[in-house]
Amino acid sequence: MGVEQKLGNMGAVTLKLEQVVNWARTNAMWPMLFGLACCAIEMMSAQASNYDMSRFGMELMRASPRQSDLMIVAGRVSRKMAPVLRRLYDQMPDPKWVIAMGDCASCGGVFNNYAIVQGVDEIVPVDVYVAGCPPRPEALIHGILVLHEKVRSEKVKDWS
Amino acid sequence: MNEYLQSTVPLLVERFGLDTYEFRDQISLIVPAPQIIEVCLVLRDEFKFEMLAAQSAVDYWPQQEPRFHIIYQLYSLEKNVRLGLRVPLDGNAPSMASLEVVYPNANWHEREIWDMFGIRFEGHSDLRRILMPYDWEGHPLRKDYPLGYEEVAFSFNREEVDRRKPYAKE
Repeated sequence: MGVEQKLGNMGAVTLKLEQVVNWARTNAMWPMLFGLACCAIEMMSAQASNYDMSRFGMELMRASPRQSDLMIVAGRVSRKMAPVLRRLYDQMPDPKWVIAMGDCASCGGVFNNYAIVQGVDEIVPVDVYVAGCPPRPEALIHGILVLHEKVRSEKVKDWS
Repeated sequence: MNEYLQSTVPLLVERFGLDTYEFRDQISLIVPAPQIIEVCLVLRDEFKFEMLAAQSAVDYWPQQEPRFHIIYQLYSLEKNVRLGLRVPLDGNAPSMASLEVVYPNANWHEREIWDMFGIRFEGHSDLRRILMPYDWEGHPLRKDYPLGYEEVAFSFNREEVDRRKPYAKE
């Protein structure tokens, strides 16, 4: 790894708390399953062997909001589903993040009508929007890496 | 037209005084709303149409009067024959008898028609919305229902659309 050469013989590293905590948060981010439509297929594909999201410490999708800290909203959210989505978001422990995957979750996409929520940001605060209909697995992984960048730059003073 | 239908449709037309409607060799009977249960009972018990394959509605507003048609698709398992029924229904507080007493599976079909078109079915055991949320207002598949879409944001009006968008709080 190379890090042992910098340790000397003390077996200790000094780092800023921010860096350690943010590093820990990014490399074991458990996403919640929120497959709503065809984007979910790409999300599954992003985790499967070809694209292998576990390279970024994210192979474990949780079916329970209480064990997850990232919600990937994959697909269109109908008005009937909206209260369910908000409730699941409220059940997730802090800190939590949301990725709106695909055009439908980001802005309503082609479903510009009464039945579909015009962007999931009307219900929950969104950190990263991934464009595409549906986005390819690479695009989702890129979105996740952008989110990792964002988490790494979070400051202690902003933690509540 | 199918042989079985060729022999049965004239019998029904004569017995109940019905009209028919034919489109590309498919025949439908036009049944007045008060007669629907009577006709379906006869079709089920005497003419072997044991199954209600589909039930739906169409809104012909503003071209046609009466505005709604309720459409039944009956299927005979024994004869492998399908027969359509059409029930014209006026648009002012539309309501008709529930077919649940003849075909129990009409329950969900009628809930869907009530949800989407606002047509009441008298005698239905559980007439609730089935697709839309329970507190929804209006009936979306009516032709006079607003589409309810949001203005599409382009670069010239993005800020204006964005200002009106209800963003969620943390």
